[in-house]
Amino acid sequence: MLGTSSLDLPQRLKEKENYLNVAYGLKSWLLTTDHKRIGILYLISISFFFTVGGFYASLIRLEMLTPAGDLMTSEVYNRVFTMHGITMIFFFLIPSLPATLGNFLLPMMLGARDLAFPRLNLASWYVYIVGALIALGAAMAGGVDTGWTFYAPYSTSYANGFVALMGIGIFLSGFSSIFTGLNFIATIHKMRAPGLTWFRLPLFVWAHYATSIIMILGTPVVAITILLVAVERIFGIGIFDPELGGDPVLFQHLFWFYSHPAVYIMILPGMGVISEVITTFSRKRIFGYHFVAFSSLAIAVVGFLVWGHHMFVSGQSPYAGIIFSFLTYLVAIPSAIKVFNWTATIYKGNITFSTPMIYALAFIGLFLVGGLTGLFLGAIATDVHLTDTYFVVSHFHYVMVGGMVMAFLAGLHHWWPKITGRMYSEKWGVAAALITFFGFNFTFFPQFIVGFLGMPRRYHAYPDEFQFWQVSSTLGATLLLVGFLMPFFYLMWSLWKGEKAPDNPWNATGLEWKTSSPPPVFNFDETPVVTEPPYNYPDPEVTAAESA
Amino acid sequence: MSVAHNSVVAHQFDDVEQQHQTYSFGMWIFLVTEIMFFGGLFAAYTVYRWSFPEAFAAGSEHLDIVLATINTAALLTSSFTMALAVRAIQLGKRKQMVGFLLTTIGFAIVFLVLKGIEYSQKFQAHLVPGQDFVWTGAGNPRHVEMFFGLYFTMTALHGLHVLIGILVISIIAFLGWKKKFSPDYYAPVEMTGLYWHLVDIIWVFLFPLLYLINRHG
Repeated sequence: MLGTSSLDLPQRLKEKENYLNVAYGLKSWLLTTDHKRIGILYLISISFFFTVGGFYASLIRLEMLTPAGDLMTSEVYNRVFTMHGITMIFFFLIPSLPATLGNFLLPMMLGARDLAFPRLNLASWYVYIVGALIALGAAMAGGVDTGWTFYAPYSTSYANGFVALMGIGIFLSGFSSIFTGLNFIATIHKMRAPGLTWFRLPLFVWAHYATSIIMILGTPVVAITILLVAVERIFGIGIFDPELGGDPVLFQHLFWFYSHPAVYIMILPGMGVISEVITTFSRKRIFGYHFVAFSSLAIAVVGFLVWGHHMFVSGQSPYAGIIFSFLTYLVAIPSAIKVFNWTATIYKGNITFSTPMIYALAFIGLFLVGGLTGLFLGAIATDVHLTDTYFVVSHFHYVMVGGMVMAFLAGLHHWWPKITGRMYSEKWGVAAALITFFGFNFTFFPQFIVGFLGMPRRYHAYPDEFQFWQVSSTLGATLLLVGFLMPFFYLMWSLWKGEKAPDNPWNATGLEWKTSSPPPVFNFDETPVVTEPPYNYPDPEVTAAESA
Repeated sequence: MSVAHNSVVAHQFDDVEQQHQTYSFGMWIFLVTEIMFFGGLFAAYTVYRWSFPEAFAAGSEHLDIVLATINTAALLTSSFTMALAVRAIQLGKRKQMVGFLLTTIGFAIVFLVLKGIEYSQKFQAHLVPGQDFVWTGAGNPRHVEMFFGLYFTMTALHGLHVLIGILVISIIAFLGWKKKFSPDYYAPVEMTGLYWHLVDIIWVFLFPLLYLINRHG
C-alpha cells in the first residue's frame, strides 16, 4: 500500500474528501455509522434479496407455462410462491426505499450531518441481516408452505414447514423497520437546518414521515402476532386454534392490522420519489404542495382503518364489511389527489424525458391501474367473485411492482450521480425503463383477464382455457427480467467508466443537490440555511415570455 | 457551556440541548411501539374474555392475589425510587442517584422472585397449558386453559421487560458510579426512567385484568 500511495498522491489530493474515499476496507463499512454508507449496505442487501425473490418468481412463471402441474408438485409450488411473497415483501419491498434512498437522503434533505441515532441505524441493518439470513436458512431447510399471510390454524397446527424459524426471521426484520421509522421521525422533528420549516420540507421527507408513523404503529402489532403463532406452535397454547377455543379470524384481524398499512409502507416512499422526480424534470413547482404533503399523512391515518377489506369472505360481520368497504373508498381519495397533482405539475411544464422521468411516468400510469382495480376489490359484491383469483395478484403487483419498484428505479437513477459521483448511460437507462414498462404490462395485464375469468391463485395446475393468458404472462416476465438485469450492468459499469457527475446534474432544487457529489462525510461543509420555499423553479410562463 | 460538554455531544447534534431533546423524543416514540406491541396481546385478551367470561372468572380465582398485591406494591415503589434517581442526578447528587437505582433494582428482583414462586405454584397445581393441564372446577376446561395461556404469555412478556430493565438500570448505575452523568448530561438516566415507568404501567393494567376479574363479591 505504501508503495502505490506515493504514485496516487497527486491525483488523490485533487479529489475532495468524501464519504466514499475517506476510509477503505471492509471494517470501515461494517462498523460505519454514516447514514450514507448504511444506505449503501442496505442497497446491496435488498438487491440480493430482490434477486432471490425474482428467482422464485421465475420458477412460478415457468410452472404456469403449461396447464399440467409438471415442473413441480403442488407441495413444492406452495413453498415457492410462499417464499416469493415472504422474500419480496419483508426483505425487499418494506426496506427497499426507506432504508436505502431514505437513509441516504433524509439527513441531506434536512441539512443535517446524520440521522438522530446513527448507531441505532447501523443496528437496524444488522438486525435486518440476521433476520434475513434466518429466513434464508428456513428456506434452504425446506421452506414454508403457508403463503406469506401465515393464516391460522394452518400455520399454527398443520403446516409442516419451518414456520417458527421463518417467524423469528420476520420478527427480527420487523425491528429493523421499527428502528428506521423511529430514527426518521426523531430526525425530522429535531434535526432540521435553520430556516427549514415544516412546509419547506421536500415531499420526499413528508412521505417518509408518514411511512415512519406506520412503521412504528403497525410493525409491533405484527411482531406480537408472529410471537403468538410461535407460542402456539412451540408451547401448544391455543390462541388462534379453534380446537383449543381460539379464533382464527382474530389472527387475520391482527395480521392485516399491520399488513394492510404495510402496503402503504411499500408505496408512500415511492410517492415521495415521484414528487421529486416529476418537479425536477418538468422544471415546475409541485401543484398543490400542501395537498400532496397532507395526503401522505391521510393515507397513513386512514390506511390503519381499512384492514377488514382483506376479510370480506372470512366470516366477519357484514356490517363490519360495509364499514371497511366505505373506508377503503375513502383512502383512495388521498392517493387520487397525488395522481391529479402530479399530472397538473407536468401540465405546461418544461419536460425532459430522462430515465428517472420515464420511470416516474410509468409509475403514475401503473399505479393508477393498480389503484383503480383496488376499488373493484374494495366493493364487497365484486370482491366475492374476485377474492383469491389472479385479479388480486395482478392488482397488488401493479401497485407493488408497477408502483414501488418503478419508483425505486426512478429514485435510484435520479440520485445515482449524487450517491456515486458518476453519471450512468442515459441511452441504456431509457431503453431499460421502456423495456421494464412493456415487460411489466405483458406480465400482469393478462392476469387481470384470467383472474376475472375465474382462475384462482396459488394452484400449480389449471384448465387448458387459461393457457393463452398464462403463456403471455410468462413471456412478459422474461422481458421484465431483461429490463431488471440491464440497470444492474450499466449502473455497475458507470462506477468504473461513467463520467464524473457534477454537484447538480439535473438542475434540481433541494439541499442534497447543494453539496458535492459524492457528499462529504458530514454532508455539508457548512450547515445550510434555508430561505426559499420548496421546488423554487422559475415560473415556466414567465421564462417563456422572457425568451420570446 | 462549551469545552466540558463537547465531549458528550455526539457529532450529529449542534449542542447538548438538542441532543437531550432528541434522545427524550426518541424514547417516547419507542414507548409508543411498546404500547402497540402489548396492545395486540390486550386485544386478544379482550376478545376471549368477552367470549368466555365464566371461564376467565374461574381461572382468575386460582391466581395468588396476595403475592400479586405485594408485587404491585413493589413495582409501584420501584417506579418512585426511579423517579427519585432522575431527580437526584438533576440536582447533581450522584451517589444518591446510584443508591436509588440500586433500590429500584432490589424491588425489581423481589418482583421476579415472587413471580417465580407464583409460576412454580401453577406448575404444581397443573394449571400450565399443555399435556399436564388439569381442570376440575367451573367453566369449560378448554377456555380456562386459554385464560392460563394468556396469563403466562402476558406475564412472561412483562417479566422479560422487567429482566431487561434490571440489566439496563444496572448499566446506568455502573456508569453513574463511574461519574459519566451530571446535571448537564443525564439523558440516558431519564430514558431508562421512562422505560421503567412503562413497565410499571403495563403491570398496573395486567394486575386487575388477570387477578381481579371476580373479586367484587
